Amino acid sequence: MAEELFIKDIEEKEYTINMGPQHPSTHGVLRLVLSLKGEIVEKVEPHCGYIHRGIEKMCEKLTYQQIIHLTDRLDYLSALINNEAVCLTVEKAMEVEVPERVKYIRTIMDELTRIASHQLWWCTFGMDMGGLTCFFYGLRDREKILDIFEETIGARLILSYYCPGGLMNDIHPNFQQRVKDFIKYFRKKLPEYDQLLTGNVIMQERTKGIGYISKEDCISFGVTGPSGRGSNFACDVRKTHPYGMYDKVNFKEALRTEGDTFARYSVRMDEMWESMNIIEQLIDNIPEGDYCAKMKPIIKLPEGEYFQRVEACRGDLGLYIISRGEKYPYRFKLRSPNFSNLSGLHTMAKGQKIADLVAIGASLDYVIPDIDR
Amino acid sequence: MPFNIYDFTSFTQWIDKSLYENCAPFWAMIWELSIIGLVVLTFYALIGLFLVYAERKICAFFQCRIGPNRVGPWGLIQTIADLIKLLLKELVNIRNADKFLFNIAPFIVIIASFLAIAAIPFAKGLHAIDFNIGIFYVIAVSSLGVIGILLAGWSSNNKYSLIGAMRSGAQIVSYELSVGLSMITICILAGSMQLSTIVENQANGWFIFTGHISAILAFIIYLIAATAETNRGPFDLAEAESELTAGFHTEYSGIKFAFFFLAEFMNMFIVASFASTMFLGGWMPFHIAGADGFNVVMDYIPPLIWYFGKTFFIIFLMMWFKWTFPRLRIDQLLTLEWKYLLPINLVNILLMAFLVLMGWHF
Repeated sequence: MAEELFIKDIEEKEYTINMGPQHPSTHGVLRLVLSLKGEIVEKVEPHCGYIHRGIEKMCEKLTYQQIIHLTDRLDYLSALINNEAVCLTVEKAMEVEVPERVKYIRTIMDELTRIASHQLWWCTFGMDMGGLTCFFYGLRDREKILDIFEETIGARLILSYYCPGGLMNDIHPNFQQRVKDFIKYFRKKLPEYDQLLTGNVIMQERTKGIGYISKEDCISFGVTGPSGRGSNFACDVRKTHPYGMYDKVNFKEALRTEGDTFARYSVRMDEMWESMNIIEQLIDNIPEGDYCAKMKPIIKLPEGEYFQRVEACRGDLGLYIISRGEKYPYRFKLRSPNFSNLSGLHTMAKGQKIADLVAIGASLDYVIPDIDR
Repeated sequence: MPFNIYDFTSFTQWIDKSLYENCAPFWAMIWELSIIGLVVLTFYALIGLFLVYAERKICAFFQCRIGPNRVGPWGLIQTIADLIKLLLKELVNIRNADKFLFNIAPFIVIIASFLAIAAIPFAKGLHAIDFNIGIFYVIAVSSLGVIGILLAGWSSNNKYSLIGAMRSGAQIVSYELSVGLSMITICILAGSMQLSTIVENQANGWFIFTGHISAILAFIIYLIAATAETNRGPFDLAEAESELTAGFHTEYSGIKFAFFFLAEFMNMFIVASFASTMFLGGWMPFHIAGADGFNVVMDYIPPLIWYFGKTFFIIFLMMWFKWTFPRLRIDQLLTLEWKYLLPINLVNILLMAFLVLMGWHF
């Protein structure tokens, strides 16, 4: 009897592991407390807050022009799209019509950001799966986009290119040519990614049927972006609530029905192709005109509540501002895609192996500063 | 001094004879053992350094990079600089670790790989020791290393290390079977377990060519299993960097870490040299039975070049695997071994025995 109890005790005892805050595959300072049974993950408990900087609170003491620069520091891989969320909100509140040229350039820049972000995601996905070579293939191509950014904007990661009413400065004369060259180059290089990783038997075995999440769960957890679209959840803000030029261009919303790690992977790969399509439709037709609408030097939003959604690289980014008619927002709240995506992690990873958890995490592509803000 | 690049037998015998002529038998033996030890140690260190450099360069070329290029011409001195750094680094003492086992683990790992080198026939007569049960010895000695890995993972009192050690235990014990069985397949073909005889028997063609489909199958299985046994990608689950930070050697620092690192590279060299000895003829030049003119030309190339050429070809293959494939999962790894490699291997042994019995091999 005593022996039986002892065995039962051992069987029920959970082996807890702190994955993070310092861990190579959490891509930052995320801490996951795992309960393991052998290699099998019983429970995943994310503990956030290790890189919390209080950006939302800080924004309440900053003017709208200054806020732009803080939003770069959220999801630093979709910096321009975060900028755009603020700009669109302010423009909507002020009822400013931005010039057509600005819309074109913003859309092109957003899609370039998306490609660059997905390239880095592909790098880290490969690395988390154990294929280190992927990392360098992805970075090699991402470098080309960063060079384009550097030429026009002057920065490479923390871009801060948009401002309420338009852009900080006009595009570089070489911009169009370089973007066209890049598209031509990357159309040749993207199939290489498939050859190296997608088609690999080990990779397919490790991702197909692993980390399943249903469409209903996606909706209730708020898993959006490519991660949600892998479960056939049509949540692309560019389609549902178009902004910029997205209602004028033709593109397909990449959707998969499987809901597993491979589906999320494929959605991102497809999105890179779609982004290139969008850029190609716009790049030759950028109209002449101002690069910035006329704005007052001190922007004071009229009293009221404003909400704007944009499609960031990892999902639906919502920005909610309450204004009391001052030059600072009264309340500033972000609905960040990564935070909601992370909440689905337990559902996906329960009952899978540790190695699968790493692959699932890679397929969610979380950026920790966006989770903690 | 009868030195001959094609046949070292007379050279080694000359050393042996002159030692015994000049000293008492006991001291002659001591001298001989120390000379062998010194030569093997130097060789071990040199090959280790070279392999680290080769891996860096080769992986760099796979990854669109240049690799080490600052210290020395083409970065040749880089590994030596790194070695000095590792020697000078602090050895971190872990609280609550099992001190004795923690300290002894790297030595067990490195001794296991050290022992296996003794059996490698580098060229004709260039042998530390020529057992008549050479294959058996190699299989026995190479399984010692897993003890060191298990101890390292267990004694460092780290959860990641323990998982790494657990994985590595399951992995190496399983894949040893495949390595052993594919070696036995060749033993049947060679009719001997002595490594020098196995090489001599390949004078009329390497076993991979003369052993029919059976030898090719054994070679492929050996390559897969040997890669897994040395804990290298895509089978590097024991130290899976993205999952377990560094697996069983997470807590090791300085030269103790370097021991694990060196042992991994040397194990790769050892399995590659046994692959070349058993399947690709070891130091035996490429011969075609009957084509005498061609064989004579091939004989002009020194056996050491043949041996190292083949070994580094296999090492290159293993590096190619590592830098191209993603990592397997632990259950897939064990499935591959127990459900595919092992049954195929067992059938393959029967097939080889049948082929030899009927005399159908070339």
